Amino acid sequence: MRLVVRAAEVTGAERLIDITAAHVDSCLYHGEASLDFVARLVDGDAHVSVPTTLNVGAVDLLHPDLNRGDPATVGRGRLLMDRYRALGARPTFTCAPYQLADSRPALGEQVAWGESNAIAFCNSVLGARTNRYGDFLDIAAAITGRVPDAGLHRTDARRATLVLRLADDVPARLRNADALAPVLGLTLGRRAGSGVAAIDGLPPGQSEDRLKAIAAAAASSGSVAMFHVVGSTPEASTLDEATRGIETPVEELTLAELRAARDQLTSGAAESLAAISLGTPHASVEELERYASLLAGRRVDARIECLVSTGRDVLATAEERGIAGRLRDAGVELLVDTCSYIAPILRHAAGPVMTDSAKWAYYAPGNIGAEVVFGSTEECIASAVAGRVVRDDGVWGEA
Amino acid sequence: MTVGGRTLVLTEGLSLWGGMDPATGELIDAHHPQRGANLAGRVVIMPSGRGSSSSASVLAEAVRAGTAPAAILLREPDLILSIGAAVAAELYGVDVPVAVLSPEELAAIPDGAEVVVGPDGVRRA
Repeated sequence: MRLVVRAAEVTGAERLIDITAAHVDSCLYHGEASLDFVARLVDGDAHVSVPTTLNVGAVDLLHPDLNRGDPATVGRGRLLMDRYRALGARPTFTCAPYQLADSRPALGEQVAWGESNAIAFCNSVLGARTNRYGDFLDIAAAITGRVPDAGLHRTDARRATLVLRLADDVPARLRNADALAPVLGLTLGRRAGSGVAAIDGLPPGQSEDRLKAIAAAAASSGSVAMFHVVGSTPEASTLDEATRGIETPVEELTLAELRAARDQLTSGAAESLAAISLGTPHASVEELERYASLLAGRRVDARIECLVSTGRDVLATAEERGIAGRLRDAGVELLVDTCSYIAPILRHAAGPVMTDSAKWAYYAPGNIGAEVVFGSTEECIASAVAGRVVRDDGVWGEA
Repeated sequence: MTVGGRTLVLTEGLSLWGGMDPATGELIDAHHPQRGANLAGRVVIMPSGRGSSSSASVLAEAVRAGTAPAAILLREPDLILSIGAAVAAELYGVDVPVAVLSPEELAAIPDGAEVVVGPDGVRRA
């Protein structure tokens, strides 16, 4: 409770409000401080008071052979995950709790979520309300069931204060391409910082997987906790709804800026490849099905390590539907409970590694020393089969 | 509480998770203009926090490892860094002030200057 009150002081809140659920990121091991902190909670006999999901940890508990870190560190990572489970949190171990049917808070519901991509998705796509609850405060909120009444918990802070409009030179087919979403998110994070922006100019009804890609990228290049996509997110059926009819600055996003942002995600000039990493944030069932369809009848080249990260509950569904088997038969490895850029998982971490995730591309060079090639999902799968980088710049228009 | 150190001005916000190695204090974000700088013991000045919600853990771990900044000065409040500092103080008895100053005040502090950060603000040592 002291942490929650400290948070109220920092945010200037006058009161605390009740939450209905929490998503806790503190279960990822960052060193002994992670265990020192949870030891205080365990010693105090703490227990979560609201339904609580857990974010990724440092270890794949279901596929122990995939963990390539030193055994002592893997053990500490596993111990931390066990400690949080013992506090009463569900062992979901996913960065995409919004993919679980029973962990999707409703429009307007007050929750406390950690994990930057999940926070942005929760506010923007579900319309539930959370601030950016970092490690320690997320579990403190889950235990007390309370958070400061501040920021995005309040209606007035959820209005778009900046409109990012796709310029006329952005081709229609790019606006409706999966490849645009992560790049658009990267640009959104740079332009919006910690503010709430509305993206205008995308076809209505963008899929949750695309909105996930925008959220994850924007929360990596910036501190974006909420955004609107006009015609796709629940508090922005129109631009007027997103801005509440208040005059709001408009900035244009040109094709040149988007192409430059895309190119910056590639850290080397590699044509050869060591690995492909998909599923950051964790792949949905629909995405797993898409990978399997794109691979249909073909196999990952024997020289390439092709890794897909997903949640253990999504994997269970994919196993039932035969999707996981199709992927494994095509030479894909499936990783759960963690992610390939936060723990030693890849056999060829130095890369070059190709990914369709702006978040993976953003953090992997610093975290695991990988050289990164960024491409669309289709390009990643085509490259996995070919054993080298395959590009198709079609949707990005003429250079 | 008063702490002192040499300033390190970061021209962009930094996510400590994925941006700082708590074992060494080095800035490892490949996209950051000050990549390669070392944050340990410095009074770090940056526009804002950024990115990962794990930065609170990284700050606490850096305090444990002795590689944390002496203080962090920002233009806007950052709940994640403030909570990381509060937990580190509770666990390890080391205070890393996370303070908000106006853009004008921050701009007046030069890079590499010896300063003292206390309850009354920041002054040259």
